[in-house]
Amino acid sequence: MVIDTQGLSFHFGNQQVVKSLSLQVPEGSIYGFLGPNGAGKTTTIKLLLNLLKTDQGSIRIFGKDLVTNRISILSQIGSLIEQPAIYSHLSGRENLINRALLLQVPESRVDEMLKLVRLKEAANKKAGKYSLGMKQRLGIALALLPDPQLLILDEPTNGLDPNGIIEVRELLIRLVNQHKKTVFVSSHLLAEVERMATHVGIIDKGELLFQGSIKDLEAISQPQVQIEVDTTVDVANFLKKHGFTVTDISEDHLTVPFSSKEQMGEINTLLNKNNYQVYSIHKIQKDLEKLFLDITQKA
Amino acid sequence: MKGFILSFRSEFYKTRKTMAFWSTVVLPLAICLLLFFGFLNHSDRLVHQPGFMLWLQFAGAILGVMGSLILPMLIVFLAYSVNNIEHKAETWKTLFSLPISKWAVYSAKYFYALFLTIVCLALFLLFTLGFGNLLGILNPALKFSEYHVEGTLAKIYLKLLLSSLGILSVQFLLSLLFRDFLKPMGIGFAATIAGIIMANVGWKYAYTFPYAHPLLTIKSIFPSRMGENSPPIPQITVDFFTKDIVVSLIVAAAVFILGYFIVLKKSVK
Repeated sequence: MVIDTQGLSFHFGNQQVVKSLSLQVPEGSIYGFLGPNGAGKTTTIKLLLNLLKTDQGSIRIFGKDLVTNRISILSQIGSLIEQPAIYSHLSGRENLINRALLLQVPESRVDEMLKLVRLKEAANKKAGKYSLGMKQRLGIALALLPDPQLLILDEPTNGLDPNGIIEVRELLIRLVNQHKKTVFVSSHLLAEVERMATHVGIIDKGELLFQGSIKDLEAISQPQVQIEVDTTVDVANFLKKHGFTVTDISEDHLTVPFSSKEQMGEINTLLNKNNYQVYSIHKIQKDLEKLFLDITQKA
Repeated sequence: MKGFILSFRSEFYKTRKTMAFWSTVVLPLAICLLLFFGFLNHSDRLVHQPGFMLWLQFAGAILGVMGSLILPMLIVFLAYSVNNIEHKAETWKTLFSLPISKWAVYSAKYFYALFLTIVCLALFLLFTLGFGNLLGILNPALKFSEYHVEGTLAKIYLKLLLSSLGILSVQFLLSLLFRDFLKPMGIGFAATIAGIIMANVGWKYAYTFPYAHPLLTIKSIFPSRMGENSPPIPQITVDFFTKDIVVSLIVAAAVFILGYFIVLKKSVK
């Protein structure tokens, strides 16, 4: 495990922000850390970077205790927390050079990073004049500058346009697949993480509600049969009469819990025989977005 | 040590285009230049003065302005600026998540503020000597070359530096803790005024108050001139081990160490 926390707890004043969190982030994974705003994601990230002092529990990163190995662990982490921390009176390049100076990274790496996040043209412009998306990209470049083993990114796609979001996603996938990095990325949008994450942790009100691989998450969502017909209400009544449960009904389709392929065929035949025209019939997984809402609302 | 040097260099890199950095150059230049033109315009009144008196008046005028208000306020501003650069950019969290010890980050920042103070005072010394000698060259009737003030003046500025360390530590800590402009600057300004009053009224315990130290230093340099039985040519004595300097150094060290423990315990929000 690259990140392994046990019973991690933290409170601000009387408010418990993180409750007995046990995170397990395997090496080479893209771990999507999901939760609504205010769920405790940023606080957890600050705990992982030793910016906040843990009340209870332990944090091990790269198999070492964080408190006693702070510097050697931090030397292998690149991070972006909340809005990117950028000196607005310096240019984008100067921001990177300053960081390179601190981390003893060769200056050639600065140009590589500028190219990677497509800021080469704006490199000499004052960072204060950057758009939110450009700032975010500079923040990502700063995090990647020391070529860290572990990337911890807090809402990295905040403020990016759809193209920017896709680029960041592809970049992270490339880092994990080609360069064997591990990425821990928080988000309040499942859709954003769904397409790249290999593992997911869902947090709400400081509690971890789900943790596992993306396949585990899909597995707990019940598969459904979605049937597209012309007269959905009639068909629904007809199916109910024949002992099927209809879970959802809309203007152009209805859904029935999936049990087997044979059951799907049976429904199709039944409807056809009774002169209900079936436009389409197929198996669907429950929308992860809905699942996410279910999990967070149940708590 | 490596972390300290890297952080110190980074402080320079970050601030080299800011007002904080340039104020340490522009301020001594402006004040010395102003007095230079003042003396040049009134040189006919000064031609009969001996070299020693010329230096005393020229350097004394600069020191008088400096010691009372400008030096404490400059330090208040410098301490604010080196910390504000991180408050403004929200970079404390980044600085403390880099693989550099908190001690290195904290002390490099403090010593950078100290370095700027030293640069400023060194430039005051340099410009005083430079413009004084230039006055002598432009108007040979002004006998600046008659007397060599370098050693004495260097000692005075060194004492002034020591006298300002207490203020530096206190202001540095205030600026580190408060992210807004008003608290450290307001407290600094009020305390400087209080210090000036204490030193000027000659309060017995003024030496316990760091903000009074620069002015106490200036006053202590010309004791014989202040005295009632002044000799015709005043004596300049620089005694480094006065009570106020000892207090200044103790406050500086204590607050600096206290600041480190606060940084160590403090959560980075």
